[in-house]
Amino acid sequence: MKNQTSKAKNATASEKGKGKAVWQLRLYVAGQTPKSMAALTNLRKICEEHLQDYTLEVIDLLKQPQLAHGDQILAIPTLVRKLPTPMKKIIGDLSNTERVLVGLDLREARRKTND
Amino acid sequence: METNDIMAKQKNLDQLQKTPTGIRGLDEIANGGLPKGRTALVCGNAGCGKTILAMEFIARGALDFGEPGVFIAFEETPEELEKNFLSLGFDLKKLVARKMIAVDYVYIERSEIEETGSYDLDGLFIRLEHAIDSVGAKRVVLDTLEVLFAGLSDAAILRAELRRLFRWLKQKGVTAIVTGERGQGMLTRYGLEEYVADCVILLDLRVQEQIATRRLRVVKYRGSKHGADEYPFLIDEHGLSILPLSSLSLNHQASSKRISAGNARLDRMLDGKGYFRGSTVLVSGTAGAGKSSLAAAFVLSACQRGERALYFAFEESPAQIMRNMNSIGLDLEPMVRKGLLKFQAARPSLHGLEMHLVTMHKAVDEFQPAVVVLDPISNLVAVATVTEGKSMLTRLIDFLKCDGITALFTDLIHGGAPLETTNEEISSLIDTWISLRDMEVNGERNRGLQIIKSRGMAHSNQIREFLLTRKGIDLLDVYLGPAGVLTGSARVAQEAEEKAETLVQQQQRVRKQHEWRRKRLSLERQMAELRAQSEMEAEEERQIGAQDEALAKTFARNRNALANLRGTDQFVSRNGKGRK
Repeated sequence: MKNQTSKAKNATASEKGKGKAVWQLRLYVAGQTPKSMAALTNLRKICEEHLQDYTLEVIDLLKQPQLAHGDQILAIPTLVRKLPTPMKKIIGDLSNTERVLVGLDLREARRKTND
Repeated sequence: METNDIMAKQKNLDQLQKTPTGIRGLDEIANGGLPKGRTALVCGNAGCGKTILAMEFIARGALDFGEPGVFIAFEETPEELEKNFLSLGFDLKKLVARKMIAVDYVYIERSEIEETGSYDLDGLFIRLEHAIDSVGAKRVVLDTLEVLFAGLSDAAILRAELRRLFRWLKQKGVTAIVTGERGQGMLTRYGLEEYVADCVILLDLRVQEQIATRRLRVVKYRGSKHGADEYPFLIDEHGLSILPLSSLSLNHQASSKRISAGNARLDRMLDGKGYFRGSTVLVSGTAGAGKSSLAAAFVLSACQRGERALYFAFEESPAQIMRNMNSIGLDLEPMVRKGLLKFQAARPSLHGLEMHLVTMHKAVDEFQPAVVVLDPISNLVAVATVTEGKSMLTRLIDFLKCDGITALFTDLIHGGAPLETTNEEISSLIDTWISLRDMEVNGERNRGLQIIKSRGMAHSNQIREFLLTRKGIDLLDVYLGPAGVLTGSARVAQEAEEKAETLVQQQQRVRKQHEWRRKRLSLERQMAELRAQSEMEAEEERQIGAQDEALAKTFARNRNALANLRGTDQFVSRNGKGRK
């Protein structure tokens, strides 16, 4: 069961036109554990604040265990940045926003756009 | 009685159930296999065979015991894993397609991972469970779990999760092998042994004098007896072969059957019948004394009886042996073609002594020979210390005896060394010991053969001259004279001398016979003369007698006539006797 959340539908074309990457994120969880719920909440907040154009997919491995192999998931929760490449993985409940931003290369990206 | 029965039953229930690994030798050492439903740790340095052991455990489980398995690879790619399986003769793809094995490849790269906040390893659990459920696995391998420590930085979480993992595996009821790299002063680098309480197997690869030997030791096996020694093992195209020493005992059968030594004359020296079947023969001698030739003759005679013979050559290549033996009339090639004779040639330095032992063990198991030759053991054990060499040969002899195989070892003795010693100090293990010696007399070298000992038979105490001819080996009596043992041309010269002497004697005898005959003839002639003479004399005597009678008659007639004339009668009474 894929749980898709997309945002900034109208902005997509113009953002693309400026050469900005489309953000494609996946969050792997295993059931509704406190850690998973915390990770999802934290992630949503970060996305709202820092990303304009992104897709977020939440995958529950309890329901789709066969998907764990594809993205080499060991730890739960794991956030996978599918795009832009290279692929990045951030594991944990994403409670440290700074680390998440570093992990997603968002600090770099923001600095570049600001310049 | 009843309580005993109950106790026995209770004991059976209490006894740990085992999962056989199917790996040659390991089940014997581990007294049946790994603990069923538990996790075993296999640890060792890089490249010592952990993965191979684990793979064989899974593959044999699937193929030989009908137990599907899961292989979780942390270090290898699917292609590598497939190749590795194939190197052991297992087609991983096919096994996966037939749902006998499930494979999951776990890739973890620290540089790609950012950690923030708490997490757990549910992902791994889910993948494992998914794999287990997909084939109904009874066996699980995690190779190598420690990669997790390299990939994830939060050791506290990791340890808690590993503890949970092992508990979970136990609950699942799968028999698992977890591999771990050897650490400094610890069995594994990250102390995995803390979590695995049931069974720990340590693999080791030791290099001694540039020769590597693999060894296996069961460090810990809770609730089960197990072999505690270090066992050498071998990895080849059929997987692992571990050589158990538990068969080291002195209760092998002793056959009273005899087997030819390859030469009728030598058989006669050995109480007329040759070696005992299943005995161990040592042929020792200096270089060029004919050890290999004697071995080849023995092998050939075995093959001619239709028995299988296995020839371990440590000095010459099979082709060279066959060529050389051909020159003395021992044609081994047809026997090789018939599959009765098998050569296994290897440089002694190819691998360690233990490995040689395992290799030979395996070759014997596969070929099932009646006769085995090791040519020469001196070269073989030269790669190790005397103690190791002796221990290895003891085990080899023991193994061959248990299988009732007659073994012949050749042993090179270096010049100057006393003949009644062996470099390997194994003479006490030998049943029949034949010593080939060079005898240097009058500027030539000849071969001598003697039996130093032969258990259980009245063997000859004579030294024989050992000849290598175009028609095979031959044994001759040596000439024993006042100057000692004579061999070679000295023997020939002595024999010629004896022959000349006999000739002279013969001629003398003939001459004497002639003389006697002449003498006899002359005597006979004389006898004939005398006989003729006596006959003549007898004739004369008779003639004279007749004359006398005639004379007397005439005389009487004349007298009668005279008397008649005179008319006297005085003579009538005297002569009238016949007339009346």
